[in-house]
Amino acid sequence: MKKIRFSTIAFVLLFVVVLLIDMPQSIPLKFEMFGKKHDFTIKRQPLQFTLFGKTIKKDFATQLGLDLKGGSHLVFEAKMDKIPTQDRAEALEATRNTIERRVNLFGVSEPSVQTLRQGDKYRIAIDLPGLSNINEAIQLIGSTAQLDFRLEASTSAQEATTTPVFMRMTKKTGLTGKHIKKSIIQFDDAGKPSVGLEFNSEGAKRFENITRENIGKPVGIFLDEFPLSIPTVQQVIVGGSAVITGEFSIDEAKQLSIAINSGALPVSITLVEQRTIGPSLGAEQIEKSIFAGVVGLLAVMAFMILFYRRLGIIASVALVIYGALSLAIIKTIPVVLTLPGVAGFILSIGMAVDSNILIFERIKEERRKGKEISSAIRVGFGRAIDAIKDANITTLLVSFILFNPLNWSFFPQFGLVRGFALTLAIGVITSLFTGVVITKRLIEAFYKK
Amino acid sequence: MINFLKYKKVYALISGLIIGIGLLSVIMYGYSVSIDFTGGTNIEYGFDKAIEKKRIEKVVKAQNIKTSRLEIVDSKKLNLKTAPLDEKKEQAFRNTLEGELDSKATVLKLETVGPTLGKETITKTLVASIVATIGILLYLTFSFHKSSFGIAAVLAMFHDLLVLFGTYSLLSHFFGAELDTLFVTAILTTMSFSVHDTIVVFDKIREYKRKDFSSSFDEIANKALSETMVRSLNNSLTIVLMLVSLALLGGEVIRFFVITLLIGTISGTYSSPFVAVPLLSWLEKRSK
Repeated sequence: MKKIRFSTIAFVLLFVVVLLIDMPQSIPLKFEMFGKKHDFTIKRQPLQFTLFGKTIKKDFATQLGLDLKGGSHLVFEAKMDKIPTQDRAEALEATRNTIERRVNLFGVSEPSVQTLRQGDKYRIAIDLPGLSNINEAIQLIGSTAQLDFRLEASTSAQEATTTPVFMRMTKKTGLTGKHIKKSIIQFDDAGKPSVGLEFNSEGAKRFENITRENIGKPVGIFLDEFPLSIPTVQQVIVGGSAVITGEFSIDEAKQLSIAINSGALPVSITLVEQRTIGPSLGAEQIEKSIFAGVVGLLAVMAFMILFYRRLGIIASVALVIYGALSLAIIKTIPVVLTLPGVAGFILSIGMAVDSNILIFERIKEERRKGKEISSAIRVGFGRAIDAIKDANITTLLVSFILFNPLNWSFFPQFGLVRGFALTLAIGVITSLFTGVVITKRLIEAFYKK
Repeated sequence: MINFLKYKKVYALISGLIIGIGLLSVIMYGYSVSIDFTGGTNIEYGFDKAIEKKRIEKVVKAQNIKTSRLEIVDSKKLNLKTAPLDEKKEQAFRNTLEGELDSKATVLKLETVGPTLGKETITKTLVASIVATIGILLYLTFSFHKSSFGIAAVLAMFHDLLVLFGTYSLLSHFFGAELDTLFVTAILTTMSFSVHDTIVVFDKIREYKRKDFSSSFDEIANKALSETMVRSLNNSLTIVLMLVSLALLGGEVIRFFVITLLIGTISGTYSSPFVAVPLLSWLEKRSK
C-alpha cells in the first residue's frame, strides 16, 4: 500500500511539472468577483540554474520553424578552388563570422548562421526569421565588395591639373578590405555621420607606413573601383583606425559600413538555395493543423471508447497524458517545430494508441484463456511489450536516418524533414513510456475493481 | 479460425491491379518533379485586388522568364514555378508586375533551389532509402533468427513502395502533387510503418511455431492471422483517423504529404497479412 502511495505522489508531481511546461508563457485572467474587476496575468518564470559550472537557462517557449512563423532560409556556397585544402575549413569559419556580424545588422531576432560541410562542398546556411525585405539582405550578404586604399600615381604636372583627382589614384597600396577588422558608423560633434574603420595588426602597420610616407598627399579609399573618399593625409596615424568622411546620410553611412564589412569576406559566395515564407501563410497553416489534430484526437478517443469501453476510457486518458508529455519534451529540448514536425507529432498520437491496443488485445487474449484479471494483466503486458519494442525499433531507425544527427554528408540534411523525424522519434519513445508505465498504472488503479 | 491463405490468388490479383494501374500511370504520365530535385523557383505572391492572368503572362514574356506553372488561386494569389531566378530578377519581375497590375504584391512564399543542389538531394535520398532497407533487413534477420522472415517483410515493404510510387503518379497527374522531399519523407515513414505492422503478425507466427510442432506452417499462419487481424485493423484505424482529419482540415502545404502517408498506412496494413504472410509461407515451403 505504501509503495503505491509513493508512486502516486511521483506521478502527480510529474504531471504538475508537465502542465507547467505546457501552459503558455503568460495567461491573462480577467474576471469579476465580489463586484470588483480583477485583471491578472499568470506568468511562468524562466528556469535558470547552474550545473557543474554551466548556466542553464530554459524558458520553455514553443520554438516555431521558419515555415510557421515566416522568414527566410538561405544557403550560400563558398568558392574554395583558390584556397589550399588545409585552410578551407578555417576560411569557411571566417566567412561565417563575417556573415554573422552583418546579419546582426539587420536587426532580426535570433538569426542563425551555420556552416555545412558536405563532401567537397562548403556551404553556409542562414536563417532569418521575420525579415521582410529579403532581397536587400541577400545582396548585402552575397556582395563581395572589395575595399582598397590607393595612392596618386606619379604623373607629370600637366596631367595632374587636367584629370580629376580620383582618376589619378591608380597606385595600389596593398592595403585592402581583408586588413579591416570591422567598420562602424560614427558621428562627429555636429552629428554628421561618418564610417570608422578598424584595422587588424598587419593593416595598422601598413596604414601607419602609408600615412608616414604621404603626408600632405591624398590617399584614396575605393570600394569596387569606386572612390568613397579621398582625404589628404595630415599626420602619421598610429593605432590602426581611420575614418571615411563625406556627405553621407545615416542610411548611406550604414550601407557603406555594411558593404565594407562584406568586403572583408575571405571567400566569394553564391546563393544556391532560398526559401522565404511570409508570416501570414505560416499562421494560417498552424491554426489549421492544430484544429485537425484536435478533431483527429477526439475521433480516435471516440473509436477507442466505442470499441474497448472501459479500457478505451483508460486509453483516452493515457493518450492525453501522452500528448501533454510529448509537448513538454518538445518545449524542453527545445525542438523547433516545422509544419511537417507538427504532422509528425499528430501522426505519433495515432501511433501511440497502437501500443495501448496491443496491450489490451493481449490482456483480452489471456482472459479468454481463463486467467484471472491480475495475472492476465501481468502476462498480457509482458507479451505486448516485446512486440511493441520490436515494432518501434524500425520507426526509430528510419527517424534516425531522416534526422541525421551526426550530419553525415551522404544522408539528406533537409531542415523540414528533420523536424518531422525528431517529433516522430520523440513520439515513439514517449509512447513506449506511457504504454509501459502510465497505462499499466491506470489499468491497475481503475480496471481491476 | 479463418483460412486466410486459401485466397492467395485474390490477394495477388488485388495487389497486381493496384500496382499495375499505378505503374501504367508512371509510364504514361510520369511525375511533375518539384524544385527540390530539379532546381528552380517557386513563387507565391498575394495581391490586394483580383488579378488577370493575361497581364501576368505578358510580363512573364517581356521579362523572358521560363515558367512551368502559372496559376491564380482565390483570384488574388499568384502561384508560379519558373527556372531558377536570382533575387535581382525576381525583384525586377515583381516591380514590373506591380506596375502592370496596379496592385501591391506581398511575397507569401519564395523558394529557389540551385540545380546542383537538386541533383545532390536525389543521390542523398537514394542512399538514405538503401541504408534504411538494409538496416531493416538486418534487424529482422537478427530478431527472427531466420532470413525468410526478413526477406518476406522487405518484399512486402517493396510492395507498399510500388503502390505509393504508382498512386503518387496519379495524384501528380490529376491533382498536381509534386515529387519533393516531403514525398521522400512519406516514403521512408511508410517503409518503417509497413515493417512495424508486419512484425506484429510475424511475432505471433514465431510464437506459435515455438509451441506447435504438429501443425503445418499454413495452419499456424492462419491461426496467427485470425488472432492479429482485429488488432492490426484497429492499430491502423487510429492512424488513419488522425491522417484523414489532417488531410481534410490541415493546411494545403502538407496535404499531399499526409495523403501519401495515408496511402502508405493503408497499403502497409493490407500488405502484412495479405502479402508478407503468403510470401513467408511460400519461402518456408521452398526451404523444406
